[in-house]
Amino acid sequence: MTVTEAQQRAYVAGQAADARVNLEIESEGMTLNLGPQHPATHGTLRIVAKLDGEQVVSCEPVMGYMHRGYEKLTEVRTYPQITTLINRIDWLGSFTNEVPFILAAEQLMEIEAPPRAQWIRTILFELGRIANIILFLGDMGVQLGALTPVFYAFRDREYVLNQIEAVTGGRFHPNFDRIGGLKDDLPKGWIDDTKAVMNKVRDFCDLLEELLLGNEIFESRTRGIGVIPGEVALGYGLTGANLRASGVDYDLRRDAPVPMAWNEVDWKVWTHPDGDSFARYWVRLQETREAAKIVDQLCDDIPAGPIMAKVPRIIKVPAGEAWVATENPLGEMGYYIVSKGDLGPFRVKIKSASFNNISIVPWVTRGVYVPDVITILASLYFILGDIDR
Amino acid sequence: MPQVPKVKGVGLVKGLGVTMGEVIRTMFPKRGALTPIPSPTRGAVTVQYPHEKEDPAPRARGVIALLEENCTVCMLCARSCPDWCIYIEGHKEKAPPRRPGGKPRTVSALDRFDIDYALCMYCGICVEVCPFEALFWSPEYEYSEPKIADLLHDKSRLSEWMETVPDFEPYEAGSDAKVKKVPRPS
Amino acid sequence: MTLAVELAYWQQTILRVVLVLAAVLLPAGTFVYLFLFKMISFMQSRLGPMETGPHGSLQLLAEVGKSLQKEDIVPERADRKLFKLAPYLVVGTVLLVYIAVPFGPDAYFSNLDGAVFYALAVSSVSTIGVLIAGWASANKYALLGGLRAAGQLIAYELPLILAVVGVVIQAGTLNLQQIVTAQANGEIFGWGAIGNPFILTQVIGFLVFVIASQAELTQTPFDMPIAESELVTGYITEYTGLRFLLFFIGEFAAVGSLAAIAATLFLGGWYFPGLSLDAGYMNVVGPLILLAKITILGGIVFWVRFTYPRLREDQLQRFAWTVLIPVSLFNILVTMVLKVAF
Repeated sequence: MTVTEAQQRAYVAGQAADARVNLEIESEGMTLNLGPQHPATHGTLRIVAKLDGEQVVSCEPVMGYMHRGYEKLTEVRTYPQITTLINRIDWLGSFTNEVPFILAAEQLMEIEAPPRAQWIRTILFELGRIANIILFLGDMGVQLGALTPVFYAFRDREYVLNQIEAVTGGRFHPNFDRIGGLKDDLPKGWIDDTKAVMNKVRDFCDLLEELLLGNEIFESRTRGIGVIPGEVALGYGLTGANLRASGVDYDLRRDAPVPMAWNEVDWKVWTHPDGDSFARYWVRLQETREAAKIVDQLCDDIPAGPIMAKVPRIIKVPAGEAWVATENPLGEMGYYIVSKGDLGPFRVKIKSASFNNISIVPWVTRGVYVPDVITILASLYFILGDIDR
Repeated sequence: MPQVPKVKGVGLVKGLGVTMGEVIRTMFPKRGALTPIPSPTRGAVTVQYPHEKEDPAPRARGVIALLEENCTVCMLCARSCPDWCIYIEGHKEKAPPRRPGGKPRTVSALDRFDIDYALCMYCGICVEVCPFEALFWSPEYEYSEPKIADLLHDKSRLSEWMETVPDFEPYEAGSDAKVKKVPRPS
Repeated sequence: MTLAVELAYWQQTILRVVLVLAAVLLPAGTFVYLFLFKMISFMQSRLGPMETGPHGSLQLLAEVGKSLQKEDIVPERADRKLFKLAPYLVVGTVLLVYIAVPFGPDAYFSNLDGAVFYALAVSSVSTIGVLIAGWASANKYALLGGLRAAGQLIAYELPLILAVVGVVIQAGTLNLQQIVTAQANGEIFGWGAIGNPFILTQVIGFLVFVIASQAELTQTPFDMPIAESELVTGYITEYTGLRFLLFFIGEFAAVGSLAAIAATLFLGGWYFPGLSLDAGYMNVVGPLILLAKITILGGIVFWVRFTYPRLREDQLQRFAWTVLIPVSLFNILVTMVLKVAF
């Protein structure tokens, strides 16, 4: 029987369609694009995963979808304007972005903020840390499928944001740090309110410990997943809670002191020997409690005095180079300022923690399942604005 | 070190208890499950905007208000805005001399003072930098418009916002700062 | 069914169709409002929909209207016929399950002698629908979701069925109406006040059934096929508009159908102790009692769903094969021994 050309073409097309599907599944594996629009990645991160069934063969993050050109912007802005912009790098704990920059500028000017300003800076820094990590604690639940903890996180984060708003006027972008001190002083009644909020933060940590940390399903999803040994973590440049959860006892607040008030109060650095996703979650939970303790102690005796050092009205930072890094909620964040004596810096290099934190993803996701990739990404905790700047 | 629960399954049951406890707390906020009528609108943390509204903090950065009589058209605010969203035009006028027989003085008159809230980053540098106390923060936030062009507030609209500017709050104990007064239009 | 009024055959058919749609959609709508809109909101300390209708009761209607007017999109490389067929397969099997459930002494769609067998067999046809949806979507996320679903749904069929075998042994029949009667007339060690709902003697079977049905319905902690934070929505990813609505309503209707089976097998069905077994008014009160029991069981399913994170696929399978199946086999063994002994 002779076949028409149309029939022949239809037959070939059918076979090719079959082959396409079979080829995808039976050969070396399929390439799955997680992102840049995806419910799991915190923003526009793209993960190119080569899969063999449900197992990952290789997994590479592609960054840059949120690059806003911060370092170029800083070349044509003055110091107060840059302070406004860098609030938006790590937008969850946003006061913490301003502090290392201002400290570096103050180092170049060789002035120190008065003690009252240093203490209030530390309080606001720790409030930013609490706001940031509370979101992480809830968000990791969502990545794993638990829908309720994230709402408790947002609810209790509101109290902290209200406190930040009462002082600075902005919930997410305080823009409060100035070279030489702070913009304004605390309003009346703020200290008592903040202590009440810290009680709520502690209640929230207890709630999450019962709801999520003690949950057997959560434990079976996170224990032993994404183990990062200490030396590997150091080799890849991980910082912050990721490093401490791999057993390395390193915290910039204690080890690289800057003129802030951390050594005036009694607090502890938490580490965990395991290095898996459970450890990273656990360390961050304890750090939130510790931050609440620090704020409580600081609120008790803030020294009286001026809030701003004697600085000229128009600030020109003298020529020189300075590098200051602090222990931000995401890890180590630092600014390297090159100044030529102008109203604005000549060049600012921003070192952000999440860029290093995410560089370990190809190493740690070898041979894991697809759900584990999500768990590992969630536990490493990055913010896209911090990666891409 | 974290405690591993001795009996498997205890954590699961406790988790169920937490969520059901939250349901009961939301539905019966006053006295737990003993009250017969649930009132979730009081138990939940949701503020049902626009039927109910929250009060923002007095320092909240909602909108910038202009006190026109204090402005001397020095252009410091427009220069220091990171977004260049303030548009100022002014001209110099001759005012009569202070004493008879003196020279006429030149004063600046403000023609145009527009803030484009579509560009404004709500950073507050303009308010801080103004040497003559002509700009103030107000916690008003309900000024969204269907057209972007209407987000350009001109001189008269900015002066209207002055009525919503709250007085400065007193400071915490131990502070050296003095509470400034908001100049009200006479 | 026997009615007081003589109706022509075509009128009876229309009545049956309307009633089965009501039987399916009423529990689905109740679940969506009570649990998806309100219970999860109260768990999360918020209010849920409040604007459409008093306390948001008409929100589902608004969602239905919204979905109906959406554009009909079929992905370019998708298999058109299968893509369009899949939602009807998944929802259709739910309708078929309700045919076997008795709602009152005379209010049933058909009194099958092998009703238990029929209901469980038909409810597993939706697996094919899920697999078709995943594969025909020409989307890698959907494919992953569909493959996961295939493994999970087939693995959890066994505990589901084995859990029911204990009830069948104790009642001695596969006929659901007779199982209701057996529970109503039974006695617990001679005390016949509340009958003998099989949940008391078949506790293990009940727990296994609830866990297995949670997995059959792809609800958290067993919702790997949908896995919202990894696979967008798994096998439902490419569906919009009316087809998405069918999957959405179908999911809640399926919860209702398995809850109806569980209520009939373990909680006594449409009977409530103190009411008569064959009066005429029970044909109206019976469905309401059954609806209440369905709501309670559905509440448990959703309570668990909104509290726990999800299990990974291999942990899920391991749980089914190494925990649930041996436990349900043990339950059958004990039931057999006790049935012969007493």
